[in-house]
Amino acid sequence: MVIGERKPFDEIIMMLGGHKKVLVLGCGGCVTVCLTGGRDEARVLSSQIKMARDKDGNPIEIIEETVERQCDPEYIEQAAPIVPEVDAVLSMACGVGVQYMAERYKDTPVYPALNTTFVGGSTKEGFYVEKCQTCGACKLYYTGGICPIARCSKSLLNGPCGGSTKGKCEIDPEVDCAWQLIVDRLESLNLMDRYEDLMEINDWRPNRDGGPRKMVREDFQR
Amino acid sequence: MSAECKTESRLEKVLRAGHFAVTGECGPPRGSDAEAVRKKCLLLKDKADAFNITDNQTSVVRMSSIASAVIMMQEGMEPVMQMVCRDRNRIAIQSDILGGAALGIKTMLCLSGDHQKFGDHPQAKNVFDIDSMQLIQTVRRMRDEGKFLGGDDIKGVPKLFVGAAANPFADPFEIRVPRLAKKVAAGVEFVQTQCIFNMEKFGEWMKRVVDRGLHEKVFILGGVTPFKSFGMARYMAKNVPGMDVPDELLARMKATPKENQAEEGIKIAVETIQQLRELKGISGVHIMAIEWEEKVGEIAEKAGLLPRPSV
Amino acid sequence: MADFEPTIVAFCCHYCAYGAADLAGSMRLEYPTNIRIIRLPCTGKITPVFLLRAFEKGADGVYVAGCLEGDCHFIQGNLVAKPRVNYTKKLIQEVGLEPERLEMFNMSAAMGPRFAEVAREFTERIKGLGPSPLNKKYRKISEQAA
Repeated sequence: MVIGERKPFDEIIMMLGGHKKVLVLGCGGCVTVCLTGGRDEARVLSSQIKMARDKDGNPIEIIEETVERQCDPEYIEQAAPIVPEVDAVLSMACGVGVQYMAERYKDTPVYPALNTTFVGGSTKEGFYVEKCQTCGACKLYYTGGICPIARCSKSLLNGPCGGSTKGKCEIDPEVDCAWQLIVDRLESLNLMDRYEDLMEINDWRPNRDGGPRKMVREDFQR
Repeated sequence: MSAECKTESRLEKVLRAGHFAVTGECGPPRGSDAEAVRKKCLLLKDKADAFNITDNQTSVVRMSSIASAVIMMQEGMEPVMQMVCRDRNRIAIQSDILGGAALGIKTMLCLSGDHQKFGDHPQAKNVFDIDSMQLIQTVRRMRDEGKFLGGDDIKGVPKLFVGAAANPFADPFEIRVPRLAKKVAAGVEFVQTQCIFNMEKFGEWMKRVVDRGLHEKVFILGGVTPFKSFGMARYMAKNVPGMDVPDELLARMKATPKENQAEEGIKIAVETIQQLRELKGISGVHIMAIEWEEKVGEIAEKAGLLPRPSV
Repeated sequence: MADFEPTIVAFCCHYCAYGAADLAGSMRLEYPTNIRIIRLPCTGKITPVFLLRAFEKGADGVYVAGCLEGDCHFIQGNLVAKPRVNYTKKLIQEVGLEPERLEMFNMSAAMGPRFAEVAREFTERIKGLGPSPLNKKYRKISEQAA
C-alpha cells in the first residue's frame, strides 16, 4: 500500500491560514490501512485544527467527510456537493488523491495533509516498512523475493557492498542489509549458484526516470 | 597470469613482470588549491608504483579524482583514478573514463561509494545508475570491444587497467569469495583489499581464493594501514563498518607508551607486509596511510620494498 | 487565578476505577467536585478522539483511570490505552496545550483512597496550570478583565 505520514502540525496550520471554512477529506484507501489519513485520523486532525484556531482567536469551521478512495474520478465526485461550500479542501489522501481533487475542483485550493512517503506494508500493527520502489522491471525472481532496488540503500544489483555489518546496512544499524537477506534466502532455497550470475545493468526507463508512467487495459477502452 | 600488457599502466607492467607491487593513496584537498595536491605528491613520489586518488571519499566533497590525477601526473607520478557509482550516471561515467584516458590516466579503480549519509551533503540525491561490478564491465567493454554501453563504436578507445576493492572482513563472510569471483567474471584485473589487521581471517579468505584458482585470474594487493595511536586503532575497531581489528592488536597498541605508539603502529604495518609476502596468491601491497602520507616511504623502506623496480 | 475552578473529565473503567470511585463515596472520602466521571466498559475503548473532544469542549484537564497493569478485566484494555494516552499528549501539545493536562492512572476497585488522592492531586495540578485557553468561561472573564 501507499504509506504516508501526517505533515507537521504547524505546516498544516500555515496552509489553512487564510481560510475560514474547510473540508477535511479522509480517504478510505491505503491511508486508512496505514492509520494516517482515514476517517478516524480526519476526526483527530479536525479536532486539533479547531482547537488551535480557537486558541488563536481565529476560529475555523470544519466539515469532515471521508470517501472510499480519492484516486478514482467516480469516488471524488462524492465530494461535489460539499466543495463549493468551503474555501479550501485539506485532503488526507496520498499525493495521488490530492492531485485528483485539485484537478477536479479547479476553483478551490486543495492542500495535502500528508507527506506521501513510500510503497510498503505492515510488519505488525502500526509499523510500516518500504518494500517496493516501483522500478517497473521486477527482479524478485533473481533475488529470492527480496528487492535490492528498494531495500538496498544503494540499490545495488550485485551486492552487498563492503559496508554490510552483521546483517545490517552501513547507514543505520536498524536497517537490514538487503543483500544479506537475499543471500540467506537464496541459501535456504538452494539457489546460491544464482548469486554468482552477474545482474545486468538496469534499464531505468520503466522507472520514473523515463518520465511519468501510465498503464492501459486495452480491452476496457471503448 | 599473462605477461602481456593490455595498457600502458605502470602498475600493470610491474604486476605482469612478477614484481611485488606497491600502491599508495592520496586524498585530494577540500578546495581548489593545486599546491595541496603537489605537496602530498612530493611526500609520496617514488615510494610506490602507483597512487590511488580517492573520489569524494566518505561522501565528503573534495577536488575531483580526475583533476587531482592530472596534477599528480605533472609531478611525474602514476595515478589510479578512483570512481564511485554514487554520484554519476552511466553517461557521466563513460564520459569521465574517456576524459581520464585522454588526460593520460592509465589505471582506474571501480567502487560503489559510501552512502551520502556519511558525508557533508546527506541531503543529496544518490545516483547508483550502475553498481561497481557493472562499472568494471563497462570499462572492459569500452577498452576491449571499443563500444559504449549503448552499442555505438568509440573513436579513440580508452586503455585503462581495471581494478576494484575487495573486503574480506565485511559480512556475510561466506560470500566474500563468491563476490571476488563475480568481480573476476565482470573483468576486474586487480583488487586492493580493505586494510588487514586480522591476519588469521585474511589467511582464511586467501585460502578459499586460491582453492578456487582466483589468484591466477586477478592480481591481489593486500591493504595495510599503520596505526598512528591507540586511539586511532580503537576508533577503527569500533566505528568503521567492515573493519576487523583483533583484540591482541588493540592490546599491543594500548600497552605501548603514548610517545612510542606511532612507531609501534608502523612496526605492525611492516610486519603485516612481511606476512603478506609469504602468502600464496598475493601480488602486492596497498599502503593507505590516512593523513599520514609522509610515512608511506618509511613503511615501504622498512619492508624492503624500495627502490621500486624499473619496467 | 485564585478562584479558578477547573473542569476535569475522568474517563473511568467500570471494573476498577469506577468501582474505586464508588468505594471512595461509600467511605465518605472527600475529593474535589471538579471531577466529571465518564464510565466506560474498559479504558481500551479510549481513542485519541474522545480525549481531544473533551479538550475541544473546554475541559481544563482530562484523565483516564483504569485497572492495574496485568489486572485488566478485559486482559489488555489498559495496555492498549496507555500508548494512546501518550500519543494524545503529543497531539494536544501540537495544539498548544500543556501535555500535563492529560494523564493516565491505574488502580484497583479496592483502592477508594487512591481514587480520591488522584482526584485531589490532579485538580491541584490543573489549578497550577490555569484554565485551558479553550475554556470559554474563563476566556470571557479574562477578556472582560482586559
